[in-house]
Amino acid sequence: MTDRTGEGAADHHPPYDVVVVGAGPAGIAAACAAGERGKRVVLLDANPWPGGQIWRCEPRKEASSTARFMRQRLKASGAEVMIGTTAYAATCSKRLLADSPGGTLEVSGNALILAAGARELLLPFPGWTLPGVFGSGGLETLAKSGWPVAGKRVVIAGSSPLLWAAAGGLKQHGARIVSMVEQAPWSRLLQFALALAPHPGKILEGFSIKLRLLDAPLHCGSWPLRADGDRLVETVTLTNGQREWTERCDYLACGFGLVPNVELAQLLGCRLQNSFVVVDSQQQTSIPDVFCAGELTGIGGMDCALVEGEIAGLCAAGFPEEAQTLYRRRDSWRRFQDKIAEAFALRSELKNLAAPDTIVCRCEDVRRRQIDPYQNSREAKLQTRCGMGPCQGRICGAANAFLRGWDNDSVRPPVLPVPLAALASHTPMHLASPTEAKD
Amino acid sequence: MDEKLTIFVNGKPISVARGTVIAAAVAQSGATFFRRSVTGEVRGPLCGMGICFECRVTVNGAAHNRSCQALCEDGMRIRTDD
Repeated sequence: MTDRTGEGAADHHPPYDVVVVGAGPAGIAAACAAGERGKRVVLLDANPWPGGQIWRCEPRKEASSTARFMRQRLKASGAEVMIGTTAYAATCSKRLLADSPGGTLEVSGNALILAAGARELLLPFPGWTLPGVFGSGGLETLAKSGWPVAGKRVVIAGSSPLLWAAAGGLKQHGARIVSMVEQAPWSRLLQFALALAPHPGKILEGFSIKLRLLDAPLHCGSWPLRADGDRLVETVTLTNGQREWTERCDYLACGFGLVPNVELAQLLGCRLQNSFVVVDSQQQTSIPDVFCAGELTGIGGMDCALVEGEIAGLCAAGFPEEAQTLYRRRDSWRRFQDKIAEAFALRSELKNLAAPDTIVCRCEDVRRRQIDPYQNSREAKLQTRCGMGPCQGRICGAANAFLRGWDNDSVRPPVLPVPLAALASHTPMHLASPTEAKD
Repeated sequence: MDEKLTIFVNGKPISVARGTVIAAAVAQSGATFFRRSVTGEVRGPLCGMGICFECRVTVNGAAHNRSCQALCEDGMRIRTDD
């Protein structure tokens, strides 16, 4: 590809050996592995701290021992860390544009590692737009950053092991967990628990959370029908398919598992399968020298992300033989990942939670009946503006993928809204997607 | 670790620990919603991690800041769409 960059007003950094996007467990492990082998590494992250959502800094709490260890390792690795920095476009697979507190940066490297993690799948139901209704991880993340939850009555609903983690975390911050509502039936959870045998650490983790939550009733095979309240959530109505009941709450924390943040990978043209990025044994995507690690390749949790990141970092740094020793550990976590997907598969009843007048696209206030006539996200977008607001369809697009089977195939730069000044500092050519920029 | 900052939410002074995100300070102020949607509905934070844009507030006069992703700084002036 011809190099047509360089004329923009962006702050240019000399090329790095390895550029890592996302400073959660996968990205930190990747940056450490490459940095420890003498490579010039930069790690970009949009959040105010490195650590991703799982190790999000808490003003008054110490992070977990793994988090502390990895933070120290990162410091010693010599990798440069840029926080508050959002990669929003790519001029080619080796050159990214990022919005940082100091303005637009152009960051290039010989290898790129994408470790952008995942977001929660949030499904529309009547009342889900009321203040006080959060994602399950969403409320826990906010609590870690100072959101007051002490003494608050919280209903946790949805699906995935994340509900347990959120319940444990919220309880630690003083919340009163009114009930935990998991849509997967008991039978599948039991099978999942048995399948955990090769991962005793996970059993201990689950057990210790359960001990802390002994006073919170757990309803499996149940799900929320609607939330009600006057300008704030006050009650949530739940069902197990046979009967309905209502719980009073101050907050409803409701998430249906995780979906990967693949936008940048899509923009670069990496091959996706079932909405995850396809990688080879070295964690390399279909684009040479572009690697992927963590939730982008499958929802496997922190342990899987750590080992994938390590492998990606080693291979991007040119040490693939060393990475081979980690393949077995990774593959075992990948089997765990398949078991999670199987156990927490979403029931079809959840596709019918939204009433005709329930808002599906929260940015543009598009209701279900408005998008019902359309067959794909593109038609719905053109006719109703569904998915055209500032979140760029990250919430409703993921929901519609489950509800309607719609693909989100139109990713365009900037992949996140950035200040006009950042865009103004670049010629339109910079913002062409890499595939368009080829000719 | 327990150093306190003061920020102003809709003119009301709020004392928060360093490391608190703006969204949390808004909640501590007692404000019940953060913004109004395009059709005027009241909204508050949803995802907590900078994805959904529901928690936007005005920070020191600049609109559309995601309050879940930005840390409080001493003297900051926040406005929700009240």
